[in-house]
Order: sequence, then C-alpha cells, then structure tokens
Amino acid sequence: MSLPKPVMRGLLAKRLRFHLPIAFGLAITTALVFKYTVTEPRKKAYADFYKQYDAVKEFNAMREAGVFESVRPSGE
Amino acid sequence: MLRLTSGRLGSLLARCPIAALTTSSRVRMESQQSHEVVETVDMSRPLYYDRRDTPLPDKPYTDILSDADKSLKQKEKGPWIQLTNEEKITLYRLMFYQTYAEMKEPKGEWKTVVGGIFFFLGFTGLVVWWQRIYVYPPHPRTIDEDWQAMQLQRMLDMRVNPVQGFSAKWDYEKGQWK
Repeated sequence: MSLPKPVMRGLLAKRLRFHLPIAFGLAITTALVFKYTVTEPRKKAYADFYKQYDAVKEFNAMREAGVFESVRPSGE
Repeated sequence: MLRLTSGRLGSLLARCPIAALTTSSRVRMESQQSHEVVETVDMSRPLYYDRRDTPLPDKPYTDILSDADKSLKQKEKGPWIQLTNEEKITLYRLMFYQTYAEMKEPKGEWKTVVGGIFFFLGFTGLVVWWQRIYVYPPHPRTIDEDWQAMQLQRMLDMRVNPVQGFSAKWDYEKGQWK
C-alpha cells in the first residue's frame, strides 16, 4: 500500500516547457507560410501590374464606357 | 409560471422568505392538482444523488433501516475482514442506489436528441416554405437577370479590382473571361 508520493509542484512549469516551444514554433511557421504564399506573390502581382500600366489609356477606356460623371464619353 | 416569478421577486426583496415562498407555492400547486399525489421534496435538507463527478452524496441512500440492517451496521463498525461478500454488497446498496457501472451505462439518449433535432429542423423547413409562399414580399428589381448583367458590365467598365481580383480575370481585348 505504499504508493510513491505524486508530483506536487512545478506542474505549470512542466506544461509550459512542453507547450510553449510548440506554440511559438507553430505561430512563427504560420506567419512564414503566410508571408511566402500570400504577401510575396501579392507584392509581385502589384509590381507587375503597374510596370505595364498606362493610366491615360485606362482612363479613356473607362470614359468611353460611361462610368464617369465629370467627363462624358467623347461622342456626346 | 407566475408563481415562479413571484418566488424570484421574493428572493430579490428579502433573502429569508425564499424557502417559505417556494415550498408554500409548491404546496399550493399540489393542493390544486387534486387528481395527482406528488411528494414534496424538501430541498433545504441534504439530498441523495447519483453523479459521476461527485462520488460521495450528501446522505446515504436508505435512511430507514430494518433491524437486520441495523445489526449489520453495528457489525460494520468492527474490522471489515469479518464481513462476508454478501454483507458488503448489502452495505453498499444501503449507502448507494447505483454503482458507477450502472451510472455509466449507455442509455441511448443521443438517439432521442438527434431525432428531435432533425424533427425540428424539418418542421422549420416547412415553416420557411410556407413563409416563402405567403409572407415574402416581391423581389427587388436589382435581383433580376438583366439588372445583374448590367451591374456586371458596369463593374468591368469601372475596372473593379484590376490587379488580382474581379477585372483581372476579364480579357478586355477579346471581351471574355480569361
């Protein structure tokens, strides 16, 4: 009937020692994965879009379609 | 229902008359139900309960012991090695109503619960169907097919989200989706 005395102290420390590295690792991994799958492609997409962007051409196309109120299409 | 709320108002005003209000209301309820005999449970005294998370109830299951039980209880005060197995079981059943094994027995309650959920979901579906026919007003014109087409054309003309989103998927030279 002589059982060993159970562990009475340091329970939270033991749990943190196990779980905190995992938590931090998962958080950092999630951030890195998001950065390299979402934000970097997005930045590249925007850079490529504006390399070939002709603002005047786009404006004239929108004007002809009739979406502006300040300038009407050139026909009217 | 009204009697319950009057009991709660009583507890807000003064702490003492709670027991009097609730027990008296319960007694009143019983006297009005003359076709049923209901035992009043005095909740102000310790009660027996079978609970998996609380192993030792507030009082033993049997209070009123017969003479055989009383002599068994006297024998229990001595060394337990003298008790036979049947006596130990009798003592246990005096103290408790169900064993843990009996408490944990699966009762199949989940089938009732899931069945009830599906039944009420179905009933709600019928109610919604009736509402669609008799209650809903006519559609706003912005839901019509031709309005939606005009809306889509206007969004493309305005170059909505031209980098990665909506207009990026439209080929402006060919006039079709990429």
